[in-house]
Amino acid sequence: MDRVLPQPTPETQHFWDGCKEGELRLQRCVECSKSYFPPRPFCPVCGSRKVESYKASGKAVLWSYVINHRPRPDIGKDPHSIAVVQLEEGPRMMTNIVGCPQTPEALVLDMPVEVTFETFGEIALPFFQPSKG
Amino acid sequence: MKQKSVAVVGAAETTEMGRIPDMSVIQLHADAALNAMADCGLKPSDIDGVATAGLSPTELAFYLGITPTYADGTSVGGCSFMLHVRHAAAAINEGLCKTVLITHGESGRSRVGAGGFRGGGGGSSLPGQFEAPYGPVGPPSMFTIPVLRYLKERSYTIEDLAMVSVIQREWAALNPRASFHDPITVADVMNSRMIAYPFTMLMCCLVTDGGGALILTSAERAKDFPQKPVYILGTGESVETPMVSQMEDFSSSKAFRVSGKKAFDEAGIKHSDVDHLMIYDAFAHLPLYGLEDLGFCKPGEAAAFVNERNTAIGGKLPLNTNGGGLSYMHSGMYGMYAMQESVRQMRGIAPAQVPGAKISISHGVGGMFAASGTIVFSNEAP
Repeated sequence: MDRVLPQPTPETQHFWDGCKEGELRLQRCVECSKSYFPPRPFCPVCGSRKVESYKASGKAVLWSYVINHRPRPDIGKDPHSIAVVQLEEGPRMMTNIVGCPQTPEALVLDMPVEVTFETFGEIALPFFQPSKG
Repeated sequence: MKQKSVAVVGAAETTEMGRIPDMSVIQLHADAALNAMADCGLKPSDIDGVATAGLSPTELAFYLGITPTYADGTSVGGCSFMLHVRHAAAAINEGLCKTVLITHGESGRSRVGAGGFRGGGGGSSLPGQFEAPYGPVGPPSMFTIPVLRYLKERSYTIEDLAMVSVIQREWAALNPRASFHDPITVADVMNSRMIAYPFTMLMCCLVTDGGGALILTSAERAKDFPQKPVYILGTGESVETPMVSQMEDFSSSKAFRVSGKKAFDEAGIKHSDVDHLMIYDAFAHLPLYGLEDLGFCKPGEAAAFVNERNTAIGGKLPLNTNGGGLSYMHSGMYGMYAMQESVRQMRGIAPAQVPGAKISISHGVGGMFAASGTIVFSNEAP
């Protein structure tokens, strides 16, 4: 079964384009310099339309997660993490933690993780893996 | 709103509860509505305001033969009915209508005449783009995502979650209509089937069929109805985010805080005035968040408050006395059943009646910490 994938909109296309190029793109407000997520063409803090997109560091910490024991058919058969990471730049995003056992012992809150991309046809999804250093 | 200017005069659930394979969704609404009308001696032609979620108010009005001058289709998840009460009170006070019928019905288990499940798909919405691709399968693997962070920040344990389920089962044992009556232990909860770590099956709500309806009118007219009026003392509502991953604080719901404070302020009551409390418990963490965000416990003290049996039978703050979504019933949008239990407690007819209770609060959640509604009820006449 094909993986459930996002359908980009005009306001989010730059984010998904970035993922295909191996870049995690965030936006920040030119007026108040606050970074935010998910994408939109104005600042959710001050309402300014003067915003810019930039390449984020891809560094984050594991903020919270569950290990889903009833995986969706498009994901697979084994229990897997559904996580939220706190990006170094401030915003949080949902993801899967990959590259480590999907167990409470291996998935420790606040552990450093880094972005990695996996391509599914026209879309690359940002996943996170334990930091290599 | 003006305190005690509006009252609940009719309240009822569906005739059956739990598994109702012989009724479609719209008939569950109607069954509850007809029971609520019988409860207060009204006919459809006496109703001039309708409100519902899941179904459209148009379908409801047409099916029951009501010609309304007020229709509310607010649909923000399981607490929609709290918002309907709040809006109905404002509408009655403003003269938009005199008598409002609020209904809920859902064939959560049997899926008779029910729409397809909406969650899970990808798509172009923000949750569709930025949450769905990572594999959540509805509320059990979504609503639970903030909880490990919450446990860490509050120094709570997974056993603390389990205790919420244990105590609610004790309440359910007193309720003949509850789905489950047999006692359970913390070990039973911990050892039940893993759904989405750290949540086991007994920390997750039931999936059942059922419905409920409320009828509201002005406090002045309420005195002429057969049942003891249950007055609306204060109300609150708010919404935060359609994406659980974007909650401002994983350990506290902004919608809970805003809605709760508004309801307390309107009612002009202190926490110590509250005799009975319902907190929508789709999962075992919600009563802990609710106790903190409504201000009954300081952050970090809710688990001990529950463990010390303050919310249990004989405790100082009886909570979820029908057994809750965890043990009573949960058709999908449970908020209506929380208010039904508040009304029963205020009328003095609940199976697990809190002796002498004068003020009851029903606090609801919509979506996954997406929305909230809070209603303060009182049985004391203005």
